[in-house]
Amino acid sequence: MDEPQIYARLTEIFKDVFDEDSIEVTPELSAKDVDGWDSLTHIRLILTVEKAFKIKFSTSEIGKLENVGDLVTLIKARA
Amino acid sequence: MNQLYAELQWLPRVPLEFSARLKALRNLAGPLGREVQALASSVLDLNQLTKLANAIGKARSEGKPLNPLTPFRLAVLSNSTIDLIVPALVASAARYGIALEVIQPSYDQVAQEALTPDSKVNGSKPDAVLFALDYRALPLKLSLGDAEVSSATVQGVIGYLLALRDGIKANSNAVCIFQTFAPPVETLFGSLDRALPGTLRSVIDGINRELTEFVLGSGDVLFDVAGLAETVGLADWHNTQLWNLGKFSFSDELVPLYADHIARTVAAIRGKSRKVLILDLDNTVWGGVIGDDGLEGIQIAQGDARGEAHLAVQRMALDLRQRGIVLAVCSKNTDEVAREPFEKHTEMLLKLEHIAVFQANWNDKATNIQAIAEELSLGLDAMVFLDDNPVERGLVRKLLPQVAVPELPEEPAYYARTLAAAGYFEAVAFATDDLKRAGFYQDNAKRANLQKQVGGVAAYLASLDMTITFQPFDATGRARIVQLINKSNQYNLTTRRYTDPEVAEAENDPAVFTLQVRLADIFGDNGMISVVICRPGEAGVWEIDTWLMSCRVLGRKVEHMMLREILDHARAAGIQKLVGAYRPTDRNKLVVDHYAKLGFTKVEEEKSGLTRWELAVEGARPESASMKIVSRGSSIAKEEFFT
Repeated sequence: MDEPQIYARLTEIFKDVFDEDSIEVTPELSAKDVDGWDSLTHIRLILTVEKAFKIKFSTSEIGKLENVGDLVTLIKARA
Repeated sequence: MNQLYAELQWLPRVPLEFSARLKALRNLAGPLGREVQALASSVLDLNQLTKLANAIGKARSEGKPLNPLTPFRLAVLSNSTIDLIVPALVASAARYGIALEVIQPSYDQVAQEALTPDSKVNGSKPDAVLFALDYRALPLKLSLGDAEVSSATVQGVIGYLLALRDGIKANSNAVCIFQTFAPPVETLFGSLDRALPGTLRSVIDGINRELTEFVLGSGDVLFDVAGLAETVGLADWHNTQLWNLGKFSFSDELVPLYADHIARTVAAIRGKSRKVLILDLDNTVWGGVIGDDGLEGIQIAQGDARGEAHLAVQRMALDLRQRGIVLAVCSKNTDEVAREPFEKHTEMLLKLEHIAVFQANWNDKATNIQAIAEELSLGLDAMVFLDDNPVERGLVRKLLPQVAVPELPEEPAYYARTLAAAGYFEAVAFATDDLKRAGFYQDNAKRANLQKQVGGVAAYLASLDMTITFQPFDATGRARIVQLINKSNQYNLTTRRYTDPEVAEAENDPAVFTLQVRLADIFGDNGMISVVICRPGEAGVWEIDTWLMSCRVLGRKVEHMMLREILDHARAAGIQKLVGAYRPTDRNKLVVDHYAKLGFTKVEEEKSGLTRWELAVEGARPESASMKIVSRGSSIAKEEFFT
């Protein structure tokens, strides 16, 4: 899967998880930028991403994620 | 992961307009309950459940009424993280007609909340308190092989739970819902873990057993998480990584299932469990179609794989009846024909005396189910309707949304399991009176009078995107044509049987007009469903030698569309008159009015019951239905859309 495809899919996922139509998914996007992105929603986001791309992240990988760019790097490696 | 349970496959798929309808809730005038319940009634994943719960929460905070949903306040006490579960509970409860409010105290405050009189939970005066405890927070001392210490451990946990219960009873008198505990997957020894006192598995077994005993008959309610986990598989239930990440007690993939079960339990507490099982007959309660296959042809024999699947449905229906669920029948069949297996087939488990209301006729099933409900003096929300045919399921769901209609898998072997998995008849208490309830409805297989027709059938049929395909007989279709000609008994005007060579003869005779008809809709292709043969009679006359149709497509105006096609060809061939006959048999009473319905004039009636009919080609205007027409393989081949 190439990056534009991943970002397109992620945009859909973010809209779904955050129940918000106006989210712009950029590599720098992180929890401090989005209302309601707390640890709970973070888990829900990770779980949704795993199911959507049919991949599984390890606990330590999840722990190291700082922003969407990190997430995309992980997805690219796995999907 | 078992899909039936994880994906709640008895529920219909989520409609494409789900997101749009959810947004539209904000602007809906009037009470939101019905639309919220409709939105909750399809399969929703965790994100969709969360969105629906947000919309419900928003409506509540804006003071918008949620009636006719019944309000219920549920406090949830847990030593694990329940934040993903709470929205799922709220959304799932709507499925069962409940407007759920969840009181969620701070994390891991179980004892404090239960025992303090003015705690958040006790102060909110909940209707029920759910103790959603995970075994990992229980004070379990393991002492391998020591029965005494093991027993004391079990009693200790029970004592703790009883103390929590006493706290709630004293301070808010809410119903207490206790969960059994799902043991861990890992064992120390293997099989010995179950038998040896003091292992985690045997201690948890002991706790579950004691818990079950003290709840039964106490007025409190048991929620068997251990049983649910066992059903889906303990290894799928537990997600160790999620526990490590945030103390989530079980897999996120099973949250929709768990929430649905809690919702059922709350609905049962409120008396909203369903009370009636309405059964379709053909291909639901037996394999095959009674009208066409006859007593010898339907499959319900023990030892026959297909038959066993349908017998399982009968057995489940009988068991349900034993515990107080009322049985009814709703079938598209002639009444006498439908009753035959109940009266005469030796392998039938269901008998007429088990059926409170027996509706077998050719009217639509929504009108019939309405009549059943009125006859039993019960609401539509007490009904469950089991039918193998997705078209019938769709019709009843559309026109009578309060009736529960489970989706069924392709394979009949799983019908009984799917019905059970849906949990429509969940009960939290059992009284011996329940055993007699079904009998109160005077099981004499009554026929309910049809009151007014339920509206909307035509619109529903139009939504099926039907395509009807006409072509003359050909070699490819011959086997199926011969099959239809020889096995159709009910919708068969003349019951003429032809062999393969005789059909080939008609196919190749330019003077004979033949039609093979196929029908497809959004649920799939029904294949060939009708056959017509017209032979030349006197000059300018076609005699309709054969007209037969599969009963599966009755009520969709297929006959009318066929007459249009026959007339087109007749006109092109210079024919001025169509002549048809109805030859009565003991199976085809259904079509006595076929030609009358199509606008033919009766010209003769014999003592035998045989009738002859005529239609002038010029000026004939048959009704039409909303479907796409494809006409192939002849001089007037066309494709058109008819509305």
